[in-house]
Amino acid sequence: MMVSKDIMIQMIDVNKWYGNFHVLKEINLAVHKGECIVICGPSGSGKSTLIRCINHLEYHQEGQIIVDGTKLTKNLKNIEKIRSEVGMVFQSFNLFPHLTILQNLTFAPIWVRRLPRAEAEKIAIKHLKRVQILEQADKFPGQLSGGQQQRVAIARALCMNPKVILFDEPTSALDPEMVKEVLDVMVELANEGITMVCVTHEMGFAKTVANRIIFMDGGEIVEENEPNDFFNNPRWDRTQLFLSQIL
Amino acid sequence: MTFSQSWSGSNLKVFKPLPSRPAPRQTAGLIGWLRTNLFNGWFNSVLTVMALGLLWQIVPPFLSWAIFDAVWTGGSNACPPGYEGACWAFIFNKFRVLMVGLYPSDHLLRPILAGIIFITLAAVTVFRLLEPKKLIALWFLLPLPVYWLIAGGFGLTGVDQSLWGGLMLSLGLATIGVLMSLPLGILLALGRQSNFAIIKSISIGIIEPVRGVPLITILFMASVMMPLFLPAGLNINNLLRVQIGIIIFSAAYMAEVVRGGLQAISLGQYDAAKSIGLNYWKATALIVLPQALRHVIPSLIGRCIALFKDTTLVIIVGLLDFLGMVKASAQDPEWLGHDAEAYVFCAFVFWVICFCMSRYGRSLERKKEEK
Repeated sequence: MMVSKDIMIQMIDVNKWYGNFHVLKEINLAVHKGECIVICGPSGSGKSTLIRCINHLEYHQEGQIIVDGTKLTKNLKNIEKIRSEVGMVFQSFNLFPHLTILQNLTFAPIWVRRLPRAEAEKIAIKHLKRVQILEQADKFPGQLSGGQQQRVAIARALCMNPKVILFDEPTSALDPEMVKEVLDVMVELANEGITMVCVTHEMGFAKTVANRIIFMDGGEIVEENEPNDFFNNPRWDRTQLFLSQIL
Repeated sequence: MTFSQSWSGSNLKVFKPLPSRPAPRQTAGLIGWLRTNLFNGWFNSVLTVMALGLLWQIVPPFLSWAIFDAVWTGGSNACPPGYEGACWAFIFNKFRVLMVGLYPSDHLLRPILAGIIFITLAAVTVFRLLEPKKLIALWFLLPLPVYWLIAGGFGLTGVDQSLWGGLMLSLGLATIGVLMSLPLGILLALGRQSNFAIIKSISIGIIEPVRGVPLITILFMASVMMPLFLPAGLNINNLLRVQIGIIIFSAAYMAEVVRGGLQAISLGQYDAAKSIGLNYWKATALIVLPQALRHVIPSLIGRCIALFKDTTLVIIVGLLDFLGMVKASAQDPEWLGHDAEAYVFCAFVFWVICFCMSRYGRSLERKKEEK
């Protein structure tokens, strides 16, 4: 294990149940600063639940989750603080439909960080440019295509200058032709050294940019491996079976 | 990037999209419209002819009664008994009591001023002359000075509330009722969804009993029973008690309407609001409620219209609202036999006000659809 000051997210012996259903089993995971981690696995394997635990959208019953040196407890102030440092991008975008694109981006900086409007807009415009969607700033989310909405959602996360961004199947709800425009943005972010945890089925993305790939099944981390070894020499039969079915 | 792929094929055909054409015209002109809408098959044709016959039986006699043969001016002897036309002179004669009840005539300027403020504010709202935040602030701030204007105090002669009545009373009860019951209803709806068992049970404990009881019962309780429970010395007048009853009744219904809107918000919106670090109140006030309320504009306007019409029930606890004054006027011995005019006028006024509310609600919906 590396020195702890480099660790952005640490999960130690995390267990979680939905009712009686044991959804996360003995999860141990460390994400280092600047790392891009891809989590994959069959549906129902607990991937989404795992990353939703990191910003406490789901709570874990056992074990510890430490984000940037702060331990996640039931303390609301603590949770809100961590959430403001951790960006999240969802499968179904979850933009705020009653706000314009620009307002979606300035919302958190203004209401959570308490930045003045002008400054928040400056940041927002910078990130809209970066995801190449500046000309849509005054439209409403419903007027944009799925790919554009997801890029806005990424820009919204970036506006809070997050220490880590969690991606929960960001391309699963997109038309095939729009997947690339979102992946391109994600690749760019990874190359810039932003810490990312991505639940995704985009194996091309995993191969090229992930530092590590984590394969989950039945609520457990089965295999944790470098991309090359993961695809070419998986250590576990379960991983091999999974790969043989999707590749 | 590894996402792209290249093909070695050489004889690629170039895809050119077809140009779009305008949609074909369905039917042309008046005849076409009549054919598709009124004479579409023998059954519809028969219905159309029957409906026209019915209208012919009803509309011309009504018009000649209400307009052509009507008496517009004069005193009680202008329309002798047995006269065929409507006697609108009766309405003009009773106009003051219909509008303000028994409000003393030397202070009439005050309710007139209040009326002007109300109508101006309504017009500003309907024509969107101010931004929503300022409008809402005005709607909540202006009732106080208007109340002071009508009730007196601070240098103005006090006018006892037993003298208030007519349309002024109806509109006052309905306006305050809506303004107070909507926020209260929102709080009850949020309370009902709360994770805290106590807040949840208190909300349900208010909403369900109130919704299970007719408004008349609540008005009776407010008017007759509430004084029995109040501590000695604390004397709330009848009008205020009735107003409180109306607010609580309306809030319970508003709460259920708002709850419907809250249920239409996807869990993803809550996730997104939480994930950027918003606390409960900010997420609710800035993300959830603006969307939820927009979903239920039609039902909320429906509740406002229903509340306005429900205020006519206060006649039962001795308040003379608009309908009460209409009824009292129709029984004036000097003007006997004009019930028809009285109730037609009453219905017309209610219809105009409710129709305006309904149109305003529709325009709010259209504004929402534009987004």
